[in-house]
Amino acid sequence: MSAAQWRRAMNSGASRSATARWTTTPAEPAQRAVEAPRVGPAILASLRGIRLHHIVVLAALVAYPLVASPFFTFQIGGQSLALGIIALSLSFLGGQGGMVSLAQQSVAGVAGYMVAIFGTSIDPISLHWPWWLAVVAGLLIATLFATFVGWLSVRTEGIYTIMITLAIGVAFYYLTLQNYSLFAGHRGFNQVHAPTAFETNMRDAVPFYYLALACAVAGYGFIQYLIRSPFGIALQGVRDNPRRMRALGYNVTGHRVAAYSVAGLLAAVGGVLMVWYNNQISPESVGLGAMIDILVIAVLGGLRHPIGAFIGAVVFVLLQNFAIDLIDRERFNTVIGGVFLMIVLFSPDGLLGLWVMLRSRLQLNGAQAVLRRGGAS
Amino acid sequence: MSTERLRLWIWSIVIGGPLVVFAVWAINDNPRQFLSTFLNGVTLAALYFLVASGFTLVFGLMRNVNLAHGSLYLLGAYVGWEVGDATDSWLLAVAAGFLTAALVGLFLQVAIFRFMQGQDLRQTMITIGISIVLADLMLWQWGGLIYQFDPPRIIFGSLPLPIVKGYPTYRIVLFVGAVVIGVLLWWFLNRTRVGMMIRAGVDDRAMLAASGINVQRVFAITFAIGAGMAGFAGVVGGTALSISPGEDTRYLLASLVVVIVGGMGSITGAAVGALLIGLAEQFGLAYEPTYGIIFTFVVMVLVLAFRPRGILGRPA
Repeated sequence: MSAAQWRRAMNSGASRSATARWTTTPAEPAQRAVEAPRVGPAILASLRGIRLHHIVVLAALVAYPLVASPFFTFQIGGQSLALGIIALSLSFLGGQGGMVSLAQQSVAGVAGYMVAIFGTSIDPISLHWPWWLAVVAGLLIATLFATFVGWLSVRTEGIYTIMITLAIGVAFYYLTLQNYSLFAGHRGFNQVHAPTAFETNMRDAVPFYYLALACAVAGYGFIQYLIRSPFGIALQGVRDNPRRMRALGYNVTGHRVAAYSVAGLLAAVGGVLMVWYNNQISPESVGLGAMIDILVIAVLGGLRHPIGAFIGAVVFVLLQNFAIDLIDRERFNTVIGGVFLMIVLFSPDGLLGLWVMLRSRLQLNGAQAVLRRGGAS
Repeated sequence: MSTERLRLWIWSIVIGGPLVVFAVWAINDNPRQFLSTFLNGVTLAALYFLVASGFTLVFGLMRNVNLAHGSLYLLGAYVGWEVGDATDSWLLAVAAGFLTAALVGLFLQVAIFRFMQGQDLRQTMITIGISIVLADLMLWQWGGLIYQFDPPRIIFGSLPLPIVKGYPTYRIVLFVGAVVIGVLLWWFLNRTRVGMMIRAGVDDRAMLAASGINVQRVFAITFAIGAGMAGFAGVVGGTALSISPGEDTRYLLASLVVVIVGGMGSITGAAVGALLIGLAEQFGLAYEPTYGIIFTFVVMVLVLAFRPRGILGRPA
């Protein structure tokens, strides 16, 4: 190996570990790697991971519609959960796989468009299939699309991912905008109603909230399970050092593409919920703004942990609904962009990171106070 | 080596064959449309090259994916329009567009990116945040209106050409201008001292710093030039087409695709990529309007499938 090659290898390793350090705590995966084989099946491990606060939060979420108004149930609760699912798919890809994909909203959009095309809407393009068939078709096609995006973008590494996924996403936006025969051009599909199933109308606030909650809990549990599974651990290995994993005989490309597929399915579920929430889908839903919103949500909460996606979504939706009250004009984008900038600049681990920092500082202060008291007496 | 050459031949025939067939058919069918589409493609490529060269320069040296590049384009265009409107001078407008974007770029590098070297993901996220805020503030200031420049009288109007009866003079000038700027950039990078420092930095940052050169200053200069190119292209492109909110996305996509196709960090690559994408886009729009964007996308997919680092890209 020549000196130049050596230096290059060192440089690329350093930059990769810099990104890795930013997205995760280095100690965490190692700990899990030791733990998982001993506990046995990963599903048991994730069940054993359930703590009291999980149950309390879940109970609070189930009870939420009983105390909240329909507006808070639907606009705040339902939308946060649906957006959170899409952001969760990004935080899985970014946090566990080290691949920050901006195309997750496009995957969700593909699912939404397919539901509108195969299912029911006011547009003559729609095929009026039964809703469950349209949903299955939508999820399937969106997952295939995500796999394709993954196959394309894992051919290069690191920061190139964000560029390629961004280019794919914006290209999809322009396709939906220009194409009238399939995607109905700029007007999109209107009146894509949620179905009436099991004698309840999913369009109503409370049923939609519970539907979104069920999907979110299932998605969250699935991701938590996946992180502890051998696949998840191998993926973290691929994120931290692809070279070493390749040398150990792991199929690095395969793991990455599989991560894209799994995340794609999750994003597709969120996309179907979003199209039912909005009752419509149009190019705006998959535009650059929407793509970046998902990134903002995931980063706001903290890419490091799956729950960050939902925390970010709640903060985002609250800001979206009430920022207009805070400032006189509709400068929501300036507010959310500013908040995002502040988070990225000062707390790269998002709100969760901020909380951890705050807690450790408080504990430190408490400990110092105890010490001081001890010294005085 | 001979199998390599054979493969090259096979691929040239597989990709080039249908293109030649299409060209023969299109020229037979309607030579005027074909030629004007070709000219549109080439002049659009000139504009894309102007935007993308700044993007690729910054990326090549600092590994900073500046996703606010489209916003700098739009900012340069708006400020240039204001100056042009106030002074009635197109050349002053161009200078103002360049300077504004360059100053913003310089500020970003000196105040923010200098402190987070090597954290490329974080830098990229910051540029995303900046582009959100800038887009919104520009919408606030200039509204959703469409602005347009008038170029100086000498290059206004149309130029008589064979087959295509008349073609806007300005666009021809734009193409010639882009070639001149490309050559100037090449000269700057290959023949001047600062250019050599930049190229040395692209190859090996640490070694450049070790040989006693103030790398931060080189970075600041590069960022200012790269951002300035975006603002410059904003005024030039705003004259050829128009300025409105949403153009930032369009030119961001153009720069991204051009550098992905051409190879990141290479000026020549940006020229090749711009030519391919400009032609693909215009021919797509002219011959298959509702699927036009697909052609651009197919070019990108093909290049990524066979040359993941772009046509002229080198391993990072």
